[in-house]
Amino acid sequence: MLDKNQELVETIKRISGVNPRLCMKCGKCSATCPAYDEMDYHPHQFVDMVDRGQIGKLLESKSIYTCLSCFACVERCPRTVEPAKLIEAVRLAVIRQQGMNHFKADQLPDLLDDDLPQQAIASAFRKYGK
Amino acid sequence: MIAGRNDKMVFSYFPGCTLKTKAVELDRYTRRSAEALGITLQELPEWQCCGAVYPQAKDEIATKLSSVRALAQARDAGQDLVTVCSACYHVIKRVNHDMRTDEDIALRANNYLQLDKPYRGETKVLHFLEVLRDQVGFDELKKKVVHPLTGRKIGAYYGCLLLRPAAELDFDDPENPKILEEFLRALGAEPVVYAARNECCGGYVTLEDKPLAVKRSSAVAASARAQGAESLITACPLCMYNLTKNAENGLPVQYFTELLAEALGVKEAESRA
Repeated sequence: MLDKNQELVETIKRISGVNPRLCMKCGKCSATCPAYDEMDYHPHQFVDMVDRGQIGKLLESKSIYTCLSCFACVERCPRTVEPAKLIEAVRLAVIRQQGMNHFKADQLPDLLDDDLPQQAIASAFRKYGK
Repeated sequence: MIAGRNDKMVFSYFPGCTLKTKAVELDRYTRRSAEALGITLQELPEWQCCGAVYPQAKDEIATKLSSVRALAQARDAGQDLVTVCSACYHVIKRVNHDMRTDEDIALRANNYLQLDKPYRGETKVLHFLEVLRDQVGFDELKKKVVHPLTGRKIGAYYGCLLLRPAAELDFDDPENPKILEEFLRALGAEPVVYAARNECCGGYVTLEDKPLAVKRSSAVAASARAQGAESLITACPLCMYNLTKNAENGLPVQYFTELLAEALGVKEAESRA
C-alpha cells in the first residue's frame, strides 16, 4: 500500500511519462533554462526530487509557474529525460485540486493591454488553471 | 520538381484565434502573398482555438480535441493542413504526433469525438514557411520578388515553438536553423545571424512575471542588435508582443509575411481578408 506521497510521485511520473532514473546529473537542463534565475527549484532539481520522492517542496515551488515551456531542457537533455514534462505534471498536481487555480478570470482585466494577444490569455488559462 | 510536391498548391488553412484579432495583419499578409504565389489557402469551415500551448501530460485529452477536429477536417478534405502562427503549428503538429504514436491518447480522443472515420494522424501539418520552401521553392520565390529588400539587415527570430522539440516538430535544425535566413535571402534582404534567435522571448509568463519577460525579450533584442540587425521578423504573435512591448532597447519587429507581401508588391492591395 502506497502512502499519499508515494502515490502522488507515481501519478506525476505516469502523467508526465518521465523516468527520472534516466538522468545522469549533468545539469544541462538547468544550465540552458532561460528562467533559471527566477526559479526557487530548478529543472535538474525537479528530476532529482521526484526521483527521491521529495514532492512536497515542489508542490509549493513558484517554479511551476515560471517555467516558460520553451522546451530548451527537453531539446538539450542528452538522456531525453524531458524535465519540462515533469514540471508540468507537478503543476497539474497542484492546479487540478479544487480551488487551486493559479490564474483566475477576474485577475485578467488588470493585466490586459491593447496589444496583448489572445494567444497569451489562452496560454495562461491553460497553464495556470483547469 | 521536388518529390512530394503538391502541384495544385491547395491547402486547408487553420488561422488560429490571434490571427483573427490582435494579429490580423499576420493573416492578411499571408493570404495576399499566397494569392500572389498561386497558393490556395482554404480556411477550415469550422475551427476552434488550438489552446495556444501543447498539453504535455499523457492524461490530457479534452485539451487536444480542437486540434484533432482540425486535423480530421483536413484529412477528410484530402489536403495538408497549413498554419502560420508558431503556436498553432506547435500544438497541432504535436497533437498529430500523439494521434499517430500514442495508442492511449488516440483511443480516448476517438472515443470522445466519434468521428465517422477514426483519426490516426494521417494529415500532414505544414507551416507556411515550409510551403514557401518546399512547394513554391525559395528560388522560384526569388523570381517573383518585385521589390527586393536590398540592403536591409534583418534578424530572423525563431523563438521556441517552431523548433522544439525537434524530434516531433522536424521543422529545422533546432540549434542552427536556416529556413528564415533563406527566406530573407530570397526576398533580397541580408539575414543577420545572432545567438538568441532560438531562445525564449518570455512567452505567456508576461502575465505571471513581467520582469522575466522583459529580461528575456531584451536579451533577444540585444543579441540581434550586437550582430548588426536593424529589425526582426517573427511568425508568432506572442513573440511579437514581447519583442515590441517588453523588450528594452528593442528593434522594430514585423511578421515574416508582411515582408513577403512587401517584396511581392502586394502589401498595399485592397484587403479582402
